[in-house]
Amino acid sequence: MATSPRATQQKFEPWTDPEAKPYVRIEKITKKFGDFVAVDDVSLDIYKKEIFCLLGASGCGKTTLLRMLAGFERPTSGRIYIDGVDMTTIPPYERPVNMMFQSYAVFPHMTVEQNVAFGLKQEGLARAEITRRVGDMLDLVKLGQFAKRKPHQLSGGQRQRVALARALVKKPKLLLLDEPLAALDKKLREHTQFELINIQETLGVTFIVVTHDQEEAMTLSTRVGLMNHGEIVQVGTPSEMYEYPNSRFVAEFIGQVNMFEGKLIEDEPSYVRIGSADLDAPIYVDHGVSSAPGATVWAAVRPEKIQISREKPDDADNWGAGTVRDIAYMGDVSIYLIKLDSGKIVRVTQPNIFRHADDRITWDERVYVHWHATSPVVVTK
Amino acid sequence: MRRFKRLLPRGRTLVTTVPYLWLLLFFLVPFVIVLKISFSQSAIAMPPYEPLLHWASEKMLQVQLNLGNFAFLVEDNLYWKSYLNSIFVAGVSTLLCLLIGYPMAYAMARSNPSTRNILLLLAVLPFFTSFLLRVYAWIGLLKNNGLVNNALMAMGVIDEPIQMLQTDFAVYIGMVYSYLPFMLLPLYSNLEKMDLTLLEAAADLGCKPWQAFVKVTLPLSLPGVIAGCLLVFIPAVGEFVIPSLLGDPGMLMIGKVLWTEFFNNRDWPVASAVAIALLLFLVLPIMYLDRAQNAANEEGERT
Repeated sequence: MATSPRATQQKFEPWTDPEAKPYVRIEKITKKFGDFVAVDDVSLDIYKKEIFCLLGASGCGKTTLLRMLAGFERPTSGRIYIDGVDMTTIPPYERPVNMMFQSYAVFPHMTVEQNVAFGLKQEGLARAEITRRVGDMLDLVKLGQFAKRKPHQLSGGQRQRVALARALVKKPKLLLLDEPLAALDKKLREHTQFELINIQETLGVTFIVVTHDQEEAMTLSTRVGLMNHGEIVQVGTPSEMYEYPNSRFVAEFIGQVNMFEGKLIEDEPSYVRIGSADLDAPIYVDHGVSSAPGATVWAAVRPEKIQISREKPDDADNWGAGTVRDIAYMGDVSIYLIKLDSGKIVRVTQPNIFRHADDRITWDERVYVHWHATSPVVVTK
Repeated sequence: MRRFKRLLPRGRTLVTTVPYLWLLLFFLVPFVIVLKISFSQSAIAMPPYEPLLHWASEKMLQVQLNLGNFAFLVEDNLYWKSYLNSIFVAGVSTLLCLLIGYPMAYAMARSNPSTRNILLLLAVLPFFTSFLLRVYAWIGLLKNNGLVNNALMAMGVIDEPIQMLQTDFAVYIGMVYSYLPFMLLPLYSNLEKMDLTLLEAAADLGCKPWQAFVKVTLPLSLPGVIAGCLLVFIPAVGEFVIPSLLGDPGMLMIGKVLWTEFFNNRDWPVASAVAIALLLFLVLPIMYLDRAQNAANEEGERT
């Protein structure tokens, strides 16, 4: 998983600061369409200059939430504050918010320049000011030489940048992006991701991005809010979401995971031991769980945190025996699917550190999988 | 066998050839005949004009082109007035159709899909009855002891009937009523396929709903407006039935003049000249405009 480029810069974690004031406050928002609850009692605090990703499968309510921030839908109950001002009932054309639509919604009857100038003309700015700001913005998104073209003469990626420029040129307090990269091919998508982050850092605008692509969410965001059935299931930084999922749903949605169901045998504040029918040995985890002994829990282990060996591990815990069912060579890593004696399939990824190795584990070999006590995360739901 | 197959016209050529042959036979040939008659001299004969070609001597074939019919159109101001009045009446009718049709088409396009089909059906429902019958029905409605006058008198709004039949008002009623569907359908099909997120984008960029309409919906619906206006204007200029049934007998309309020349005066050459002039002055420039518009559209859609 890629990490946010912010990790390498100075620490940007306003959400850990109790003094920091949220820039966008979503307070107990519910949206119903007839009997269907699209967004269910969502509360979120988003801070200035964040790139916040609303992640979820289609139909989870993330787009409805975004449209309520833009003003296209009115919440059934709850309130939305932007920079301290109640925006719940303000129409979209009076909000200090701009949106980049999934379909881009570039005006087909206007040139690139006219599209970008549209919002500024609407504000009634002076002509010279408009020309200057449109020019600057087109340079920023590298569309300067396409200023006079009509949208149908542009590629998908260029149209995406027109939509971005048109929204950003208004200097919004908040930019909403609905699946901004979904229509681009893989190479262009990766490139645009970083470009988007650079532009966001240059202008210091707060971004809220809706996406169904967990990789996109991980790369772009300062924090991710994962949604399911209209509810926010977990909010956290990309690494928190990956390493400390709070439920099976989160663990399975973000990245790949092996899930072992079992019962708590030992439950101490500093460690737990779980008995699972899937494995030959108990699972030992070096952190406590707030659950009663005998309760059903799940231990989630990421594929890259598992080792494969031909020899039986010395440890009493955290291993299972099986045979290699399948190997997928991906270049940087290889994926092994190992069928344990219990019938459970375990997914393991191993980095391909050496270009050539004669002694690689191969199909139908008898192997052991094992992991460290720090690797599993225990979830109770 | 294969060679034989190649000799047969392909399906696509066949499909396009048949309508073209049809047009050639039933549009171009009659047109050439009318063009021919417009250059001949009227005569008391059967048919009532002299042939263009005749043998001057045994070995000399003479073509006699009579330009007098066209000169006559210019000299007699009846024709000019009729042309101008026809254009005026057609123009006002087109404008009225647009003013009524645009909001209707807009409402249809924005209604929910289940009622949309019903509304569309209602719009084309008049076509289930003959055009002529529908115009006759308006006589029954508008005449002095007709439905409208009787109703108004029964309600006590008026004391004696208003003269509506045989006025310009009746002509406009008939025109707008008959041609409204031709405005409605192209406008509807244009507005219906519009991407509504464009309006959201406009709102997002600071447009109030009416501003979004003026800046986005209206310019994008222009091809539909032009198509609708042409579909109404072109037939309305030459309209003959509506002004003669509902209008003042003295009303000058080029369609009526044509009829009079042809049937009452039996002056086929002048009638033909009127028809050719109508085609040259009005229909050709409009057709050219329409084609230019289509070409521009096609370029616009190519992505």
